[in-house]
Amino acid sequence: MATVPKFDQVKVGDAIKPIVLPPVSRHQLALYCGGSGDHNPIHVDLDFAKKFGFKDVFAHGMLSMGFLGRLVTSYAPRDRIRKLGTRFTSITWVGDVITLSGKVTGKREENGEKLIDLEIKCTNQNGQDTLQGHATVAAA
Amino acid sequence: MQLDKKHVGHEFKAFTTAVEAGRVKLFCKAIGEEDPIYVDEAAAKAAGYKALPVPPTFLQAITNDDPEKGGLLRLLDVDIGLILHGEQHYDYYAPVHVGDRITCQQKVVDIYDKKGGALWFVVSETSMKDQTGKAVAKATGITVVRNPDAGKK
Repeated sequence: MATVPKFDQVKVGDAIKPIVLPPVSRHQLALYCGGSGDHNPIHVDLDFAKKFGFKDVFAHGMLSMGFLGRLVTSYAPRDRIRKLGTRFTSITWVGDVITLSGKVTGKREENGEKLIDLEIKCTNQNGQDTLQGHATVAAA
Repeated sequence: MQLDKKHVGHEFKAFTTAVEAGRVKLFCKAIGEEDPIYVDEAAAKAAGYKALPVPPTFLQAITNDDPEKGGLLRLLDVDIGLILHGEQHYDYYAPVHVGDRITCQQKVVDIYDKKGGALWFVVSETSMKDQTGKAVAKATGITVVRNPDAGKK
């Protein structure tokens, strides 16, 4: 479990330990459909995806954002997260192997809290970023 | 296809939903989250939480509990097969726990196009409050709509 980062010990440029995920599976997309309540058939119904011009079903963007959430909570405890955001920059396909990585981009104080800004991303097996995100956590 | 910018400012009907333990458990399984604080009350309490917390992006599961889900697409008259998720941002103001009742209020804050109307962008914000009326989070999403007419002569 993550411990609260100590503001004085954190340096801009510090890397978060990367996480390499198992390949995205169709089963995972079905689980996320139910767990998230995002029932868009384009993620689980191949016939529907093809009808709209896609070669296959593809991962919910928010599944990958869930992965980014896991990366941030590996760096700081859940109750220290103040912001989490992302751009979805390319599609994640079934079978893609996603690596989560991130680094510290800033340190600041706001409303009496010592904040650490993070740049975080999902990158596929071809080196292409699928999500480019950011997070802010409160340090001690 | 053209989206009507008159919808900027539209407020959807607010709704309230309960945060359920089983749903959080399934969500964790889907994203591969194995931290016991989300599913085991003893682990949550040992880590300093008053009840089971929820993963940061579980807020999406809460907003998806809207009984009138799909309201944005109906408002804009857009087919679900044409949308992609462009951006998502969460601001966290206070913790959300299993057992909380969360009230969500979504509104359209911007509509614009790029690439000569080939892609449309719809920005919406959802305010989230708990059962005491305290603001717990703000969710900001950008939905991208692919224009099926783009490229046609």
